This record gives sequence, structure tokens and C-alpha cells, in this order.
Amino acid sequence: MKRGLPSALPAAFPAALLALAALVAWELLVRLFGVPAFLLPGPFAIAEAFWGSRGLLLEHAWPTAGEAIVGFLGAALAGVLSGLLISRSALAERSLYPWLVVSQTLPVIAVAPVLVTWFGYGPLPKVLVVVLFCFFPITVATVDGLRATDPDLVRLMRSFGATRRKVFFMVEAPGALPFLFGGVRLAVTYCVVGAVIGEWVGSSRGLGFLMIQDKAQFEIPRLFAEISLLSAMGVALFLLVALAQRLLAPWSLRRD
Amino acid sequence: MEKAGVRRDAAARPKLAARGVQVAKGGVRILDGLDLAVEGGTFVAVIGPSGAGKSTLLSLLAGLEAPDEGAVEKDGAPLSRPGSVAYMSQSDLLLPWRNVAANVSLGLEATGVPKKKARGRAREALERFGLGEFADRPPWALSGGMRSRVALLRTALLERDVLLLDEPFGALDALTRRHLQEWLLGVRGEFAATVVLVTHDVDEALLLADRVVVLTERPARVALDLDVDLERPRAMAVETTAEFARLKGRLLRALGVAGP
Repeated sequence: MKRGLPSALPAAFPAALLALAALVAWELLVRLFGVPAFLLPGPFAIAEAFWGSRGLLLEHAWPTAGEAIVGFLGAALAGVLSGLLISRSALAERSLYPWLVVSQTLPVIAVAPVLVTWFGYGPLPKVLVVVLFCFFPITVATVDGLRATDPDLVRLMRSFGATRRKVFFMVEAPGALPFLFGGVRLAVTYCVVGAVIGEWVGSSRGLGFLMIQDKAQFEIPRLFAEISLLSAMGVALFLLVALAQRLLAPWSLRRD
Repeated sequence: MEKAGVRRDAAARPKLAARGVQVAKGGVRILDGLDLAVEGGTFVAVIGPSGAGKSTLLSLLAGLEAPDEGAVEKDGAPLSRPGSVAYMSQSDLLLPWRNVAANVSLGLEATGVPKKKARGRAREALERFGLGEFADRPPWALSGGMRSRVALLRTALLERDVLLLDEPFGALDALTRRHLQEWLLGVRGEFAATVVLVTHDVDEALLLADRVVVLTERPARVALDLDVDLERPRAMAVETTAEFARLKGRLLRALGVAGP
């Protein structure tokens, strides 16, 4: 149980130490060389900006988080459903899978303005950008997970006289869960980025909207505060997924 | 056990029979017109060189595969689907997301027995076979020998009248295997009345079976069909008797690994 969450705290210690050292070095460099804050603010200036605008930042953090989470859930649904379809049907694999791969070569940043034109300035185009960003790793993980089923296990279930349905729900689906979580962990790190890109293209609220404004007004310390907040959001979502994996598929975290 | 009398009775219908079965895979003949009849209540061991088609034969008897030619019958009726005999493969195939009791009940649940009832019967069986203390453990906390016992219980719990074992102890170390053979000897009466065991272990075959069928190299045919007239109940000690040595000599010669 080396990867358990309780033991993750001491395990995170080296990473925390490294971060602290980097912050100290950053602050020192900024002060020693007198770097102007509009070029590179030091950590203290960023923290100050964060605290000073905490109300504003939080107000704009909620829509971004909402878009990221709803988009992520949509991507999970789309990914699992497309993965199921592809792994169950040879026709779907040959017709659908190549186009899903092609969809990943589309520059989402270029597609986002189109989505805004179609769906307006509301949250929907942002959610769609997030879905586009996130669904593919989940599709691939679902397909690979279901394909990784031990054929001997399926034979065993058949020898019991199990129906296909039972084989799926008792053996194939739980066996695919660890793979699925691999894809979900990847996807969840993309979803905040997707939401911000969606907001950059056209929005009237959200951290992405605020970033564009602050950049234009040279509010660089607050821009850095926004970046930090987005990063924290991504880490929090990642930890939530890790917790879900621990609850739903604890055997997949075991190392022996 | 008066199996000799049963076997000589021409009118008796075999419990399980393969009649002239032929199987080819990827252009290679694996079974070439093999006949095997297993009388009810007997323990038959099938032994042969690696890759001879022993496992294929067992898959046919389990209804997991169909022969290209010939037929498989159970109680005189053609066997076309799996699910009427119990089958256990070489690896224990325990599911890591189920604890031991839930693994033992897997077969029952797969056949539609309600979960609660199936788990209850699994716990009972674990108690009865001295494995009760492991019921709530995850399978990875078990030794190889324990895992095999659990897998065997899972199969036995189906309470089908035929039990097919495909090298069930093949992946275990020699000492653990001996323990499991002894255990199987002891609990044999509790399991299915008819057992077909595929093995490559001559001692295991003689220790456990009433009859040993030796297959040839591929394509497999029956090289020797040997009655094992060793007294029951048996124990490991039977392996030191002269009769055991005589039978073993015949088996080894049939396998082509001893002189004429």
C-alpha cells in the first residue's frame, strides 16, 4: 500500500521541498536583479495580488471550475461510450476509431472560435472545448482495458455457463477499471486547460477572461495569481480522481 | 471401488465420451480421431507429452470448443454448449477485486445464483475445507497453494457431476503440489463423482486416478489405457509400493521416456 493517500503526505515531502527552494530562489533573483514586476513578479508580489483580489479571483474561478468539471464528465461519458462501442463492434472500430484519431489532430485552439460562433458566449462552447480536449485518452483507455481481459478468464466464465452480459459485468468491466483510471488521470489534467482556452476565445467571465484583461492592463502579478489558481484547480481535480480510484479500484494501486 | 465391473459392463452408458474427435488448429492436426469414454464415478487421468492436445481434449469435454469431426456426449446426449460440467484451468484465475469468499462464489453467481446466497455457500465451503479464516482476505495475500485450493473450491461449488481439471497444480512448486495432491485425495469424496484430470505428472496420475489414459505425440491418439488397481483410500505412501512402481514403469514406457 505504498501509494495510499495517508502515506502520500510524507511521500510528497521532497516535491514540497523542491517547490519551496524554487520559490526562495525566484524571490531572491527578482530582488537581487531588480526585475520589474510587469516582467516577472516575485512570489510575494503574486501572493499579495492574490490576497488583494481574492474576491474577484474566486468569483471568476467558479465558472472556470464548472466548465472544466462538466466538460470532464461529458468527456468521461463520451470516452467510455465510444470505447465500449469500438471494443464491442468491429464495424465501429474500423469506421469510428480512425476519425476519433483524426479529431485529435485538430488544433482545438483553432476550432474554439468556430464553437463560439455556433454556440455563443455562454458556457456551452467552453464545455465542448473541454470535451474535445479530454475524451480521447478515456476512449483509448476503455478500449485497451476491455481488450486486456485474460481470455482464460472468459473461458472460465463460459465454462460456468455465464451469459455474455455476466462475463462483461463480472470480469471484463472491473478488469478494465485500472486502465480506465489511467486515461481519466490524463484527461483530468487537460480539462482546466481546455476551459481556459475556451474562455480566451470569447467570454465575459472566468479566469481565462480575467487573464486576458489583466494582460492588457499589465496587471502581471495578478496574472500570475490566476495561473497559480488554475494550476491548483488542476491538482485538486487530479487528487479527486486519485481518491476515486482508491475507492473504486483499490487493487489497481497495489504494487508487489 | 468396483469400477472394473462397471467398465466391463458393455451396456453401461459412459458419463462423458469423445467419439472420433478431430481438431486442427492453424493447419496442424491436434486430435486425430480420438476416442475416450469416461464411466460415471471414476477418476480418469489423461497424460501425454507437452502440446499433445490434452488441454484441447479437455476443452472439448467442457463444451468450450467443438470438434471439427466426431462428437462429444454427456450421458449419451451431444454436448454443444459449456455450462454442464465443472472446469478448472491451469492458472487459478482469481479476481483481484474480489475477496476469497467472493472468488469462490464466482461460478455460482455466474450461473445466476443470487449474490447473497452464493456468498453464503462459498463461506460454508471454505469453513468445511479448513479455509474459513481466509474468506475475507484478498487473493493476493494467499500463497500459490492456497490460491489453487480456492480455485478448486470455486469449481467444486458448482456441484456438477463432472469435474474437469486441466493441470490444476502445474504452476506450483513440487512440495506444494504434493500437499495439494494429498488434499485432493482427502476431499475427493466431497467433489463431483466423475473427474477427468489432465496432467504431465506420472506420479500424480497414479496417485489420484482409477484409470490413466496416455496420449501420443500430436496428433494425439490413445497410446495406453491403464487401470490403476491400487487400493483406496490411498495415501502418499502408495508411491513406494512395488505395484505402483510396476504401473509407473508401464506409463513411462508408453510415454517413450523409459527403455522397452
